[in-house]
Amino acid sequence: MDMDQVKQTFIIEARELLASMEEALLTLEDQTDPSESINAIFRAVHTIKGSAGLFGLDPIVRFAHSVESVMDRVRSGRLPLGPELIGLFLECHDHLVAKLATVLENAPEHPDCQKEGERLMTSLIPWLGASIATIPSVHPEVSPRREGGKDYWHISVRFPPSMFQNGMDPLSFVRYLRTLGQMVSLHSLLERVPTGDAFDPELCYLGLEMDLETDVDRKTLEGVFEFIQDDSRIRIIPPHSKVEEYLSLIQALPEEEHHLGEILVAGGCITPHDLEMALQTQRTEDSQRMIGTIFVEDQSVPSPVVVAALEKQKRFQDKAVNEMRVVKVAAEKLDNLVNLVGELVIAGASAQALANQAKEPRLVEATATFNKLVEEIRDNALSLRMVQIGETFSRFRRIVRDVSRDLGKEIELEIQGAETELDKTIVEKIADPLMHIVRNSMDHGIEPTEVRLARGKPVTGSLSLNAYHESGSIVIEVADDGGGLDRSRILAKAMEKGLVAAGADLSDAEVHAMIFEPGFSTAESVSNLSGRGVGMDVVRRNIDALRGTVEIESYEGSGTTIRIRLPLTLAIIDGFRVEVEGTCYVIPLDTVIECLDLGPFLESEENHLINLRGEVLPFLRLREIFALSGTKPSKERVVVIQYGEVRAGIVVDKLLGEFQTVIKPLGELFRNLKGLGGSTILGTGEVALILDVPQLVNLASQRTRTRTPILS
Amino acid sequence: MAKSTQLNRRTRAAVELAQAENKSQYLAFVLGGEHFAMDIRAVKEVIQYGSLTEVPLMPDFLRGVINLRGAVVPVIDLSVRFGRPLTDIARRTCVVILEVGEAGHEIELGVIVDNVSEVLEIGPSEIEPAPSFGTTLRSEFIAGVGKVGERFVILLDVAHVLSIEEMAALDESANR
Repeated sequence: MDMDQVKQTFIIEARELLASMEEALLTLEDQTDPSESINAIFRAVHTIKGSAGLFGLDPIVRFAHSVESVMDRVRSGRLPLGPELIGLFLECHDHLVAKLATVLENAPEHPDCQKEGERLMTSLIPWLGASIATIPSVHPEVSPRREGGKDYWHISVRFPPSMFQNGMDPLSFVRYLRTLGQMVSLHSLLERVPTGDAFDPELCYLGLEMDLETDVDRKTLEGVFEFIQDDSRIRIIPPHSKVEEYLSLIQALPEEEHHLGEILVAGGCITPHDLEMALQTQRTEDSQRMIGTIFVEDQSVPSPVVVAALEKQKRFQDKAVNEMRVVKVAAEKLDNLVNLVGELVIAGASAQALANQAKEPRLVEATATFNKLVEEIRDNALSLRMVQIGETFSRFRRIVRDVSRDLGKEIELEIQGAETELDKTIVEKIADPLMHIVRNSMDHGIEPTEVRLARGKPVTGSLSLNAYHESGSIVIEVADDGGGLDRSRILAKAMEKGLVAAGADLSDAEVHAMIFEPGFSTAESVSNLSGRGVGMDVVRRNIDALRGTVEIESYEGSGTTIRIRLPLTLAIIDGFRVEVEGTCYVIPLDTVIECLDLGPFLESEENHLINLRGEVLPFLRLREIFALSGTKPSKERVVVIQYGEVRAGIVVDKLLGEFQTVIKPLGELFRNLKGLGGSTILGTGEVALILDVPQLVNLASQRTRTRTPILS
Repeated sequence: MAKSTQLNRRTRAAVELAQAENKSQYLAFVLGGEHFAMDIRAVKEVIQYGSLTEVPLMPDFLRGVINLRGAVVPVIDLSVRFGRPLTDIARRTCVVILEVGEAGHEIELGVIVDNVSEVLEIGPSEIEPAPSFGTTLRSEFIAGVGKVGERFVILLDVAHVLSIEEMAALDESANR
């Protein structure tokens, strides 16, 4: 059993729990009934404490325990959860994250980290109130102690056989229990150990009977066994219980009755007489009764407790069902699968091409069926990598909270479309650019409170994150209700920098796009655009690298919306093949609207315009943009494309038709390549280049603006 | 005494072995009538030139891309990289596939050569440092000059000749 691997699992799970804890903390204030969130926070801390205990990670256990104690008071309604406490819990959350990081590195805890932990634990103390002194009595209804009852808990555990295989160590439970109190007695039961060949060294046959003197409550003790409770038999009997309860324990474990009885007698829980009575009852009664009913009949546990326990059990069952539906897979494996499917798509296309050449109907049919299946596999494989953007979005709750506090502004974050799915690799790469945009919006978009009041706006600024699908791509919007971009100042700055000629007539969109120019974001430039040393040009470069586009819609005085448009996946697209000068190019099919002959639609060759049924569209000629040698054919074709609001025509020599294609990145050498988004391999084995339509249109409009002579 | 002779012999054998091991292997090739060689450790394979796709708007030394068993690999015209005219494609033209770049960030690329002649074994003692002047090549492109029999062969410094950083920067300036 690889302990490191188990530890990894612990860390992954702990991280997920911490993420849900943070999410819950941040949404607490907006909820009318926060009890579910409070429970979620409690569960997270509690589970982390429990599993950290299994690995002997004492610093985490101690720290989580303090947090849990305060949280427990909140949960029981004895402590109101105000902003101050939420802030403290958030700090505790961060500290747990830091502690986990040291576990991952297998490094001893950094002194700073330790100090931070102690500081937090000290600041937690006032919130504990009187609860340190008064240990809540768990079973107030239990009748007062009878003779023979003892001051300690009796814990009876039969570990599951699969224990070792699951990477658990019975000893760690004992070790952890000993941190909770004084172990009065401990008996190990070895009856289940088979002899000879029946003995499997990988199975656990151990059972334990323990008496523990401790101040903790039943929940805590149950929590110790949380990880094995599904398949092991655990009974916890509180102090001062009636003898019958011990007897029912014996009844529930009939095969060991004798030995168990002796242990209990030895521990002083029951007298030999009681034992004899119990065994008689058991013989006459049906021992198949539910444990719960035995408890209730014995009045050892008040029925509300049983109901709660049953509910808890049910919840765990539900959870188990949910977990069955989710399989965790290493990201690398998934990437490999998608790569392989990509190869399969290429191989399929090549087989199809050969079959078509051979003109053998049965072969063509067989390959067509084959390719249809490949297509389905492709879609399925890609959907495996799709994740919801919500997780990325909710990270911003924390950032908005912290940054708005730093800035002294009141800002509210609104999240929409959190369930929108996109490729995992894109999600990872979009987080940073999004962060810059959000910070910029908060820092420079949303005005300080005084200004907002003067402008008659609500004091609380609003920032919204939205995601939705639109024609084969995903759109992410960051909108604020701040001051908007100052057109005249940007224009002045652009002229000063020599980016535009004086007196140039630019559209709003063109002016706004200026803020993505390198060097436009330095501190001394237009103040409401400067970032924290992070240029918007970096943002655009990152988005470009994802084959995405970014546009700005801004109204002076009323706010700015930054819209990022990204492809759904980086791996595979449906393409449309065209030919120019004997070379094949691929246009992403989701941008293609229609295809035409150029001749009848040509409006003006000089201004590169076509007349599409009354609508005038600009066009670009691929051979001109790419400066290809050769002469244009007498009959040219136009592919009408659209992305976002932009519509244009791309003039090519020949149309070759649709084609499913795997995107192969062109690599580091081509990082400055404009107008091409990657490459793909055709059925013939040749490499074809994929056009990046937005970049291409940009390239064309730049050339027109700067009036560079176009080679032809 | 017998023991020490034995030791001596053993040491001598070890030294010889070390010397033999010190000899590096170089892939010799012809480019524009000149003989060059490069360290064979960077070479992955040699393939026949064929079905290259040109990439528009790229500097001339980037001839295009080829499909190498499913991977798209850029192809460099070494001659243009050396400031000479485009390599003519002939029957014996080959593409040498190399792995270059820093450890962990290697990329595959191909270079066009007129033909590949042989694998040479050259020891450190047979290598002269690059002449500081007189060659038409930039001096940092030359790792040294190897002596093979009566012939001299220029050993290329692959890391410099095919520096991704530098080539990508060239492409940037070409684009402006």
